[in-house]
Amino acid sequence: MNWLMNNLPYVGQLSALHLLQSIIPVIAGTLISIPIARLAVGRRRDGRSTAGHTAGSAFKRGAVVNTAALLYTIPSLALFVLMPLVLGTSITSPLNVYVALTIYVVAMMVRSAVDAFESVSPVTLESATAMGYKPVRRFWAVELPLAVPVMLAGLRVALVSNISMVSVGAVIGIQSLGTLFTDGLRRNLPAEIIVGIVGTVVLALILDRLLALIGAWLTRWRKA
Amino acid sequence: MNTMNRRQLFTLAGLGTGVLALSGCGLSGETAFGSGGVSDTVTVGSADFTESQIIAEIYAAALKKRGINAETVPAIGAREAYIGALQEGTVGVVPDYSGNLLLYFDAQTKAQAPEEIMKALPSALSDQLSVLDPSPAENKDSLVVTAEVAQKFGLKSIADLAVHNSEITLGGPPEFAERSYGLPGLKKNYGFVPAKFSPINDGGGPLTVQALIDDQVQTADLFSTDPAIVKNNFVVLEDPKNNFLAQQVVPVVNAKQVSVAAADVLNEVSALLKTEDLIALNDRVSGEEKTNPATAAKDWVDQKLVA
Amino acid sequence: MNIFDKTWAWFTADGAWTGAGGIFQRVAEHLGYSALILLIAAVIAVPIGLMVGHTGRGENVVVAITGALRALPTLGLLTLFALWLGLGLVAPIAALVILAIAPLLAGVYSGIAAVDKVTVDAARAQGMTESQILRKVELPLALPLIFGGIRNAALQVIATVTVVAYINLGGLGRYLIDGLAVRDYPRMVAAVVLVALLALIVDALLALLQRALTPRGTR
Repeated sequence: MNWLMNNLPYVGQLSALHLLQSIIPVIAGTLISIPIARLAVGRRRDGRSTAGHTAGSAFKRGAVVNTAALLYTIPSLALFVLMPLVLGTSITSPLNVYVALTIYVVAMMVRSAVDAFESVSPVTLESATAMGYKPVRRFWAVELPLAVPVMLAGLRVALVSNISMVSVGAVIGIQSLGTLFTDGLRRNLPAEIIVGIVGTVVLALILDRLLALIGAWLTRWRKA
Repeated sequence: MNTMNRRQLFTLAGLGTGVLALSGCGLSGETAFGSGGVSDTVTVGSADFTESQIIAEIYAAALKKRGINAETVPAIGAREAYIGALQEGTVGVVPDYSGNLLLYFDAQTKAQAPEEIMKALPSALSDQLSVLDPSPAENKDSLVVTAEVAQKFGLKSIADLAVHNSEITLGGPPEFAERSYGLPGLKKNYGFVPAKFSPINDGGGPLTVQALIDDQVQTADLFSTDPAIVKNNFVVLEDPKNNFLAQQVVPVVNAKQVSVAAADVLNEVSALLKTEDLIALNDRVSGEEKTNPATAAKDWVDQKLVA
Repeated sequence: MNIFDKTWAWFTADGAWTGAGGIFQRVAEHLGYSALILLIAAVIAVPIGLMVGHTGRGENVVVAITGALRALPTLGLLTLFALWLGLGLVAPIAALVILAIAPLLAGVYSGIAAVDKVTVDAARAQGMTESQILRKVELPLALPLIFGGIRNAALQVIATVTVVAYINLGGLGRYLIDGLAVRDYPRMVAAVVLVALLALIVDALLALLQRALTPRGTR
């Protein structure tokens, strides 16, 4: 407690950095995942069969989902340190962390976005078409909104996991609440590490709550 | 540490506007601030151990006191990492230690005395880099044992360890296994090849000290300015063959990033910094008091650097 | 030589595979830590998940706990436990067990909870005891979701157990942390390849085991 009181501005600043490194990859990763997942799901067979896909699209779906899962097996530390090699960035650039974490979010989100699009009933889509919706408008006005609830569940897991993963960047000198772990270890300061752990969990709880609220607002049609 | 990293903000701004496709832009934005002659802000980097961080904060505080903008990038990593950052110009100056710096660029060097090392350094460094004046403050790597182990094995010098090779585990940072002053040097100079090497990533910190006390390792690589040595009655083994070279604190700079005025301030700091200061500062930051490195550094600068 | 050639050279160098610090030793350590961690985590998570899934009591608590556990940063736990417990196996294993509990608990709990209540009532009507229902009805039916949790946990542990090299343990993380200390990229790339391969192989084996264990009727 004492340590926290004496270092409030420092902890605040690290929290701000942590927040940025948590949010940006989640937004970027989600934006990337949605089109990939939509393409992977492919053209849904119309109302005649609610089961799902053609043989070609099943293969495409499997390939996309498995590639994404493979990305997830790369240790986060490894991804952080190899980024300069891939991107040509500086060793100290926070961009390494942003891109690496975006990759993880994509790895997690593609899967749930695929599930989300598949959860939309083909019958509903067909009704929309029958009502005169063109494909593009049908996607934005019907398919995407209906996919939000399932997607949101995946997004919340991705967000929370991402927040705890950000801290690993401290090992390569990218500052976040994780800096409190490496610094606390070197200075024999458990209080500093505890502040970092609690800060990370609190940040995750707040953002998760916020995301749930945004989700409720986005899907307010469900209550109507 | 207290200044928000400006580059980070700009990279963010770049990212926020156009997300990932802009990774190239984020980069060019980065260099744009460093290019076009000497930057008006000096970026001070540091290695991933506490003393390096303290000295980096001292540099930054001194520069600010003399009216020069400065920001810090703490704990970049081991020498391989921060030298890389210096060469790129993403940081302008990093506090280093003369002997190990020379060995990094010239593993075959014959230089041993402090003056020889400083003389050999300028030509050994890569083109983008140079060193400023060395400080009288010294901090060597050193092999340390507990008083009990020293007595049990009859140890005074590193050479005595070689007799007990098979009974000894050595603790140190991972890079110690491969650095020329690390395991290779100990083998070459003394025939000392520990049965096991235990890599510990705490920069010669509490885990390493505890491992010594608990006899999990029998000898460890600690910094000679570590207050834990005196506090725990550790014995520093003599190094008659100078495996560990003289290590004066010296700012290594990327000349493009550091103005003459800034270099003058850093030289002023070097002249004032003594070995006792390092020990006292380490104790404030990592001992009972747990002062912030930035605070301890600022106190020192306020006290020593005449306004 | 580009990075791929250099990595290949690292893999084919003398002594890369056998001997102290060779790939075989590191893989064995990596698997050993992972298995130990998953085992301990399972001992903690499975009974709780079964209880909560079966009785339906404490659901909210389990959901909240798995969420909070997911947010706990492993590096933080590792450094904290290391300061408290010193070097050795206990600190890093404990930190990773906490990581593995969340997916295991979520898998077991949601698997049992998802079993159709009508099926459970039918079993009860036939005179099965609660423990029989759990073992003979709910557990087999929940296997797919439970295995989903196990595979999830295994993937996470195998990828994350690399951080134990930050404290002085072995495993494939050694190549990563040591390579990082001296900026040896080929060694780090090799570590990534090895960890990913290991994760894929283990995942495939678990998938086979799942097939073998799942009752034919529910496949």
